[in-house]
Amino acid sequence: MSAFQLEVLKQLDILGEIKSTTAVFANVNPQDVLSVLNSLKAHGKLTYTKNETITYDLSEEGNNILNNGSHEVKLVQLINDMGKLQIKDVTSKLGPNGKVGQARAFKNGWIIKTKENELELSDKAKDPSAIVDETKDILEKIIKNEPIDNKIIADLKKRKLIIPKKNADFSVIKGPDFSLDLIKSETDVTSDMITSGSYKDAKFKPYNFNSQGIDPQSGALHPLNKVREEFRQIFFSMGFTEMPSNQYVETGFWNFDALYVPQQHPARDLQDTFYIKDPSKSDLPEDKVYMNNIKAVHEEGKFDSIGYRYNWKAEESQKLVLRTHTTAISAAMLHKLAKDPKPTRLFSIDRVFRNEAVDATHLAEFHQVEGVLADYNITLGDLIKFMEEFFAKMGVTGLRFKPTYNPYTEPSMEIFSWHEGLGKWVEIGNSGMFRPEMLEPMGLPRDLRVLGWGLSLERPTMIKYKVQNIRELLGHKVSLDFIESNPAARLDEDLYE
Amino acid sequence: MPTVSVLKQQLFDLLGKNYTNEEFDELCFEFGIELDEDTTEEALKNNEEPQLKIEIGANRYDLLCIEGIAQSLNEYLGRAESPKYKLTAPTTKLIVDPTVAQIRPYCASAILRNIKFDAKSYASFIALQDKLHSNLCRNRSLVAMGTHDLDTMQLPVHYRALPPKDIKFVPLNQTKEFNGEELIEFYNQPEQKSNIGRFTHIIEDSPVFPVIMDDNDVVCSLPPLINSEHTKISMDTRNIFIDITATDKTKAEIVVNMLVSMFSRYCDEPFTVEPVTIESDHNGESRVCPDISERVMDVSIKYINSCLGLEQTPEEIAACLKKMSLKAVSSTENKDVMHVSIPITRPDILHRCDIMEDAAVGYGYNNLPKGEKLSNANFISTPLPINKVSDIFRAASAQASWVEVLPLTLCSHDENFKFIRVEDDGTKVVQLANPKTLEYQVVRTTLLPGILKTVKENRKHSLPIKLFETGDVVFKNEQLERKAYNERHWGAIYVGKNSGFEIIQGLLGKIMQTFRTNWLIDYGVSSSGRGYWIEEDKSLTTYFEGRGARIMFRSKEGEQAQQIGHLGVLHPEVMNNFDIPHAASYVEINAEVFL
Repeated sequence: MSAFQLEVLKQLDILGEIKSTTAVFANVNPQDVLSVLNSLKAHGKLTYTKNETITYDLSEEGNNILNNGSHEVKLVQLINDMGKLQIKDVTSKLGPNGKVGQARAFKNGWIIKTKENELELSDKAKDPSAIVDETKDILEKIIKNEPIDNKIIADLKKRKLIIPKKNADFSVIKGPDFSLDLIKSETDVTSDMITSGSYKDAKFKPYNFNSQGIDPQSGALHPLNKVREEFRQIFFSMGFTEMPSNQYVETGFWNFDALYVPQQHPARDLQDTFYIKDPSKSDLPEDKVYMNNIKAVHEEGKFDSIGYRYNWKAEESQKLVLRTHTTAISAAMLHKLAKDPKPTRLFSIDRVFRNEAVDATHLAEFHQVEGVLADYNITLGDLIKFMEEFFAKMGVTGLRFKPTYNPYTEPSMEIFSWHEGLGKWVEIGNSGMFRPEMLEPMGLPRDLRVLGWGLSLERPTMIKYKVQNIRELLGHKVSLDFIESNPAARLDEDLYE
Repeated sequence: MPTVSVLKQQLFDLLGKNYTNEEFDELCFEFGIELDEDTTEEALKNNEEPQLKIEIGANRYDLLCIEGIAQSLNEYLGRAESPKYKLTAPTTKLIVDPTVAQIRPYCASAILRNIKFDAKSYASFIALQDKLHSNLCRNRSLVAMGTHDLDTMQLPVHYRALPPKDIKFVPLNQTKEFNGEELIEFYNQPEQKSNIGRFTHIIEDSPVFPVIMDDNDVVCSLPPLINSEHTKISMDTRNIFIDITATDKTKAEIVVNMLVSMFSRYCDEPFTVEPVTIESDHNGESRVCPDISERVMDVSIKYINSCLGLEQTPEEIAACLKKMSLKAVSSTENKDVMHVSIPITRPDILHRCDIMEDAAVGYGYNNLPKGEKLSNANFISTPLPINKVSDIFRAASAQASWVEVLPLTLCSHDENFKFIRVEDDGTKVVQLANPKTLEYQVVRTTLLPGILKTVKENRKHSLPIKLFETGDVVFKNEQLERKAYNERHWGAIYVGKNSGFEIIQGLLGKIMQTFRTNWLIDYGVSSSGRGYWIEEDKSLTTYFEGRGARIMFRSKEGEQAQQIGHLGVLHPEVMNNFDIPHAASYVEINAEVFL
């Protein structure tokens, strides 16, 4: 603590309050006073208010008048000494200020002018010692800081005898933490304080809590993958095992034939499916019994089906495609299940490909969420109940089921839910029981019924998080800011406020 | 799913009720069709008749016209019985010449006698043919149909295949006579490309064209392209001859059945059809056509109840099926069996599961009792191992402050090769046959193009840009049934004012450490155990000269070290090719080595 800081505190202690710092600390530069007041204020020792006052210093001319008398008095004394004075000699005798003295002496009625252009003392000033030098007296008052009429001040300023000066004056009272000593406020808790224990005696500056912190340097996971993880956890919580869906290139056989999609079905058009040029064609499936069953069930009917009754061609099965649905993988998994049939739950969330024109809701690639559930003698009511439980886990309730058509499920049900935000029923998924024409050729027993359902990963994400364009979600046109600032995905979180 | 436009008022008149949109929506929903659009607002502005656009199941060809939609809904609502179709005696023949075997071997036929159209039913008749042509008939490639004014034809009718030059006629809506060759030329003109020109490919390369002729050798139609002007029908035509030609026998039958079942209602004696005797001995297809007999399929009551979770009586099930146009009667021999008659309008019924579904729709999906049988207790769930490995990569990368991106799997050939300074040796990449744009020519073999494209789109983002992806690339492999396989890769980039090689190298170290793999100094010599190192590789042309290295990994003591990836400073040409005005370093490895 500086000596002056202590002096201020002492004076404050003695006086109780300091009404005017300029009065109490007249010899201290007001700037230094202010800085000390500020630092003491920050420590809560005192508070102050500023009272700005104006005082006046004398100019060089003013000082001269104060010491030697005013110009008009000097002129009177000169004329008194000389008797008379030629007007033209005033300047040469008294310098440039002689004219000022002459004018004011006339104004005071102390001198008169003769016909010969000479100056004489008037009767009023016959005794110069009796003349009151008002100018000098006023200036004396000025330096004594006595109150003076504003008009006179203005006149003195005009005569350039005084120079105004702003004085920073403060009145000071004790602050909440007033004391005669001074402890420095700390801004932060440091390791030194903790090890030394000094934090116990330290004073801490108050925080401004109305401000944001510094952004941490951070990575981020992609929003769509975060939603994917939510779905995975729902599946895991219901006993589903993840399928090996990491196989984008499929054969016409597994992508279509196995799913009882006839070879002339529009889904197999070049308009809808990406076919592969290189490599040019696939092998036929190893399980020839299965393959012949598929051929038969398409061509002439089998397993109590009348079939599609057309010529099934192996070449069509051998065409390679980019899978149009992950159900191609489900088919392969169910074929495997036929070797050891038992209740089974499988799921996958992975990419599928459609040769579609790209727009705000369609991309050539997207993710399909798919669940497969096999169990003995399950009913359509079981499927409905199970769908309600599944979707309830993502916060979607109040489902309705609409009959629909799907080549590989019968019955088929589209799943709708009421969307509060859009104010309408929206389709949220597709489901059904796989057809016997798909399951029985694999060798699965008749009473092991298999439910399948699917939805896209993008659509619920777009609806939930109000993304208008699928390209802002998937693909290279996504904004990194969007990824970086995206909150946690919680499907069970209600976003309608 | 096909969408059918019907006149709103006409449909409501047929249904006997002016539905509100909400009511009609509800009806459609429960029945299994979908009201797509009501054009009322738009139609009123343009002074047109309001239409309803209704989406129907792709296998319900009987719902492709208003007649069928109204019939089915009325039966569903209990307002109508299924029509009883009747055949009269055939009066003429369609004689099939063996020459058609090489081009369009199958045909079907029928006659609608004493029909009376009005403007609406005539328009619907034409529209149904269009809908059938584009859906079931696969744009006329499988089946094509023609309708003719029977009274202009000299009977019997012949179906032959002739050299194009020998087929001469004035096609529908033309004034000039064409021969077959000229006709192909005419329809291949650019202005016909979106019309008949869409179908010329079906026959144009054949030495013979199929042709329907009357007994005077007057051409009635040249399937699958065009009918003749001579036999043209109009709203006033009273007797219609239908010709169906096909490469698919089953679908030819379905098409003729649809036409007669939907439009025989307008004959003086409704639902009565005059068949045609088809003479086709060479391929055993001689018959009286159409065959309107109902198929009978036996279905177990237990099976239906078991699938629906119900205990309905046969009568109750029959009532549900009746709503769906199926007639069920209990078997006298077996109490568990019902004989279900399937009308010609329902070729979609292939298996008893289709009957079971109709029983469910008739009952109402949303009325079914909810099952409680499926417990989650007996199942143990497991993630896919490679997905678990991926998640470790993803978490570690994000923790190291990298941002995950999700570019597409498909890219252009240039992006996968030329732009990253790599030659395509033809051994790895899967190429698409029919992409709609150049954007999708190949399935990526590296994650780099997608990551660079993402950087390019975000090049105004503050630097440095640090991105990663864990995703699949695809390689060819002739040994596999599917001839290609996915491989899970992890790739990460650092983009900044400087290349940041040691930053990317540091990230690699972090990842390797996450997988319990330490760096081995002296290029793997310092230890014979698990570990990794990097060594300069001049063959990596994606990287700047002297700034690219392969990543070597030894999984355990005594194992041979293998290359699992590469890293380096990306070549300035690569950055220029992707319009990125910054320097960058990149690392990519095969994630599957950590399985």
